[in-house]
Amino acid sequence: MTRTDLEFKYSSSVELPLTGRTVAEKILGRAANTPEAKAGDVLEVEPDLVMSHENTFLVNKTLEELEIGKPWDPEKVVVVLDHRSPANSVQTAAVHSKIRELVRRMGISKFYDVGEGICHQLLVEQKLARPGQLVLGSDSHTTTIGAVGAFGAGIGATDMAGVWATGKTWLKVPETLRVTMSGHLQRAVFPKDIALYLISKLGPSGADYMCVEFDGIFLFDISISGRMVLCNMAAEMGAKAAIAPVDSTFGAWSPECAPENGRACVSDPDAKFRDSIELVAEDIRPMVAGPHKVEAGKSVDEFEDIHIDQAFIGSCTNGRLEDLIAASWVLKGNKVAQGCRLLVAPASRAVLNDALDMGVIQTILAAGGVILPPGCGPCLGAHEGVLGPGEVCISSSNRNFKGRMGSEEAEIYLASPATVAASAIEGKIADPRRWLKIDL
Amino acid sequence: MISEGRVWTFGDEINTDLIIPGRYLDNYDPSHLAKHAMEGASREFAAGVRPGDIIVAGRNFGCGSSREQAVTALKSAGVSAVVAKSFARIFYRNAINLGMPVLESQEAQSSFSDGDRAVIDLDLGCLSSMDGLKKTYLKEVPPNAKKILASGGLVPYLRQKTDGQRKTQ
Repeated sequence: MTRTDLEFKYSSSVELPLTGRTVAEKILGRAANTPEAKAGDVLEVEPDLVMSHENTFLVNKTLEELEIGKPWDPEKVVVVLDHRSPANSVQTAAVHSKIRELVRRMGISKFYDVGEGICHQLLVEQKLARPGQLVLGSDSHTTTIGAVGAFGAGIGATDMAGVWATGKTWLKVPETLRVTMSGHLQRAVFPKDIALYLISKLGPSGADYMCVEFDGIFLFDISISGRMVLCNMAAEMGAKAAIAPVDSTFGAWSPECAPENGRACVSDPDAKFRDSIELVAEDIRPMVAGPHKVEAGKSVDEFEDIHIDQAFIGSCTNGRLEDLIAASWVLKGNKVAQGCRLLVAPASRAVLNDALDMGVIQTILAAGGVILPPGCGPCLGAHEGVLGPGEVCISSSNRNFKGRMGSEEAEIYLASPATVAASAIEGKIADPRRWLKIDL
Repeated sequence: MISEGRVWTFGDEINTDLIIPGRYLDNYDPSHLAKHAMEGASREFAAGVRPGDIIVAGRNFGCGSSREQAVTALKSAGVSAVVAKSFARIFYRNAINLGMPVLESQEAQSSFSDGDRAVIDLDLGCLSSMDGLKKTYLKEVPPNAKKILASGGLVPYLRQKTDGQRKTQ
């Protein structure tokens, strides 16, 4: 199928009846067998897929309290060991062992052990989450899979145990905040910069309880990987879910997963949105946010010269091939500054393999970077690069909260992988455009 | 349902990394979590909190991670309820599921101070000081959440439901 065919197939010019519904209303309505569902309705939904990580341990504990032996449908359950993987302590090792035992006993075949990658990455990359599906994950960044047109919402472990027990839970149909962008992005401005810019405008609760729907022609230039960044960071505005359209980019990425009726996975042109905002691409510079507040994003030049001890590239936000390639453009032929360490955790085994094949890993190693196993890495402060008192880290991850990556007296700045790589070379926060030889 | 204790006030955006940092999460024991409750936001809280105490906070309480241990840490430290201007949605669900009342009030944070002795009457929907000088009404809990809360959390709620189904069969 050519790109033009796909564009035709998924474009809004396809004649279909308009029902005035958002994609959130369509997906949740379908999952609750209530096609007329509207924003504000509280529905009993049956998810198409559920996912949990190390907190599967807690899910199982609650399931035992309910005296239930296994999930309602083991085929719909995904379990990934990614947060403290490989194990950081004896306790975690015991948790991992328990989880391995229970997935065997319960017949959960979609199990991803140490080193396979980050849960949200695997849901997309392994084509587990599909367009139009309702996916619940016991992790706040489950919004990430909106990149493939699925409605992904985070829940807690007890909630997940309830779903394992009954196959159902309650969800309120969210209102939708539509985000579009006009114009053309400047060079070396990446999806992470768009996300940090958006959050700096909307604030940490700017999309509370809402579905953030990215839409418009700007997405044409943003890959599935980039859409995952946007949907991932929507969680930092309080979003319940985030979603991108199933369009020709999706069709080209995965023709086999493209739905027959793309309209089922996008909002109708006459849908009612809570609000619509349009960003102007030219306004966005490489961004840095921090410390302690994700919404504290500003243009990188406002932070230049801040000394850093650690630079981290990875996480469910920015650990994909596209991210490692961007970092390698910056790092090629350069060295990480004395006294600074660059840690890189590919988001999955496949990302690591591809990056090896392309010579990207070799570039990172030659620059003096450290390659960590695929997984969450130091993002959540559990292991593999915990920060000490007074240390400063620039990170491609999603949260810069006080104490997040270790000491409460450490500081975390968030940025795109290119900005993190440039900062590693200079040993201080740096504009990636200098190293990409882009005239300012 | 009535909660009674001293008030601990906090600001806006108290995230889950402040409530219970990730470095403590490899031990799931509730008493271990309680020892570090609110560690990122207050040095005095974990040692000083007593059973029944009430947290009164600002906007977006519990934002960030989905970690249920944030609720477990507060609950096992003795917190009987959290009153805030607003809650992050996953924290809110987790609290309801673990049977800890989470209540919205726009005024409580400005009218109550640390150490105030206060009582929450869930049926009346108000938070008042024991001396009767301060009183604020709380937003009504949505009906589905109220049912789960009234059962004491999701586990007892689901047990009651399945027991009920068994009886009718």
